[in-house]
Amino acid sequence: MSSAIELELPARREALKLLKAGQEVRLFGPIYTLRDAGHQRTLDHLKQHGELPFGLQGQALFYAGPTPPAAQRPLGAVGPTTASRMDFATPALLAAGIVATLGKGTRSLEVVQACQQTGSVYFAAVGGAAAYLATFVTQAELIAWEDLGTEALRKLELNGLPAFVAIDTNGGVLVV
Amino acid sequence: MTDTTTSRTGTPVLTAATIAQMVEWAVPQIARNLRPDVLAGLKAARACETHPRAQAVLDQLLANARIAAADEVPLCQDTGYVWVELEVGSDCTVPGNIFSEVDAAVARAYHGAQLRLSMLRDALLDRSNTNNNTPAFTQLTFREKPGATLHVMLKGGGSDNASRVVMLPPGAGLAGVKQTVLDAVREKAPNACPPLLVGVGVGGNFDKVSSLAKHALLREVGSANPDKQLDAIERELLASINATGIGPGGLGGHSTALAVHLQTAPCHIAALPVAVNLGCSALRSLSIALDAGRRR
Repeated sequence: MSSAIELELPARREALKLLKAGQEVRLFGPIYTLRDAGHQRTLDHLKQHGELPFGLQGQALFYAGPTPPAAQRPLGAVGPTTASRMDFATPALLAAGIVATLGKGTRSLEVVQACQQTGSVYFAAVGGAAAYLATFVTQAELIAWEDLGTEALRKLELNGLPAFVAIDTNGGVLVV
Repeated sequence: MTDTTTSRTGTPVLTAATIAQMVEWAVPQIARNLRPDVLAGLKAARACETHPRAQAVLDQLLANARIAAADEVPLCQDTGYVWVELEVGSDCTVPGNIFSEVDAAVARAYHGAQLRLSMLRDALLDRSNTNNNTPAFTQLTFREKPGATLHVMLKGGGSDNASRVVMLPPGAGLAGVKQTVLDAVREKAPNACPPLLVGVGVGGNFDKVSSLAKHALLREVGSANPDKQLDAIERELLASINATGIGPGGLGGHSTALAVHLQTAPCHIAALPVAVNLGCSALRSLSIALDAGRRR
């Protein structure tokens, strides 16, 4: 765990370019939770207005639907959901300015190609470790779509959340 | 621990209130405390694992179990849908409304324990959140053995999505069954939060077979299958699954699964139904024996 690379969010493209699939990272700074229903809304907004909503340009997305606050922490448990469910929207969101995504599991070839074309990275965190991962979240703020409940858009502040580079900017994929 | 009444004929009667109380009590326990057999399985996997990234992942999962129990927070942000099964023995009586108070109990438990609300009103027509994690999925089964058992499981979406039912032609035989299990694991395990518990049902019909696979997840990890033939198949499948290299978190390694549990049943001459229900590393369930009537 000591060899992990510390990465500040929002990540600059130059910093992302240095990452290689398989490396362990610690993520610091802001990240936005967005999952199934939120992806559809973001895609709809992008189609209507030609840009991402709520200042998501240049930011990273965390595919997660957290539990409410608990144990004096902003979220009781928060961990990655299956990333491939967002594949339908990801190439468009990366082209529109999302620079990194965080989830679990493998992704489509289209997403690998989109990471390569746009210089974006997909990080995988450990599914089922959400009580542990929540200890690396220092703030959580509701940004939009409260009606979606756990699926609402939230801005989290991370303090060293552990993850692995699963797709790098050269289209390299974490090989198991 | 049950609050049963006795019918006029002397048969113990389970009540809707008893079942609801049990469910309300069980939900937060299950959400926060990893099943002891699963925890032991993870520890054993960590002791054997040689892949460095897999070791790191297993360390995270073990830390997770400690934090969830100590801080009374959920093991996983996906606190699941609630699945409740009541197995009723031949000496018990159940009223027709046995599950009528379960949804209210689930709503209280999810709000009270700050769990995630993940249920939608309708899969197709209204995907708005019910905001109390109801309805629960309930089922009643009957058995010869006296007494009753209440099974409560909180099942996550990721591992259920990675599950499948395949109607094989009988000619596919054992080889086809094994292939179906390995295909499901190879294609979907990384999404299902390994190390997995792989529940396999073979037999019954299209609807019964998935129930067999789900029941297989209730069996204790590390326990031998009472049938020697099935036990041998389980061991062989586990070795094959752990040779895939998928590993914990789908990030590489040897501990892709902790156990394979196989349950079989009779079937039609034309059929060989197979169901694979993947259980995640935070498999959450509790089986409560209701010794109905024994206290009276």
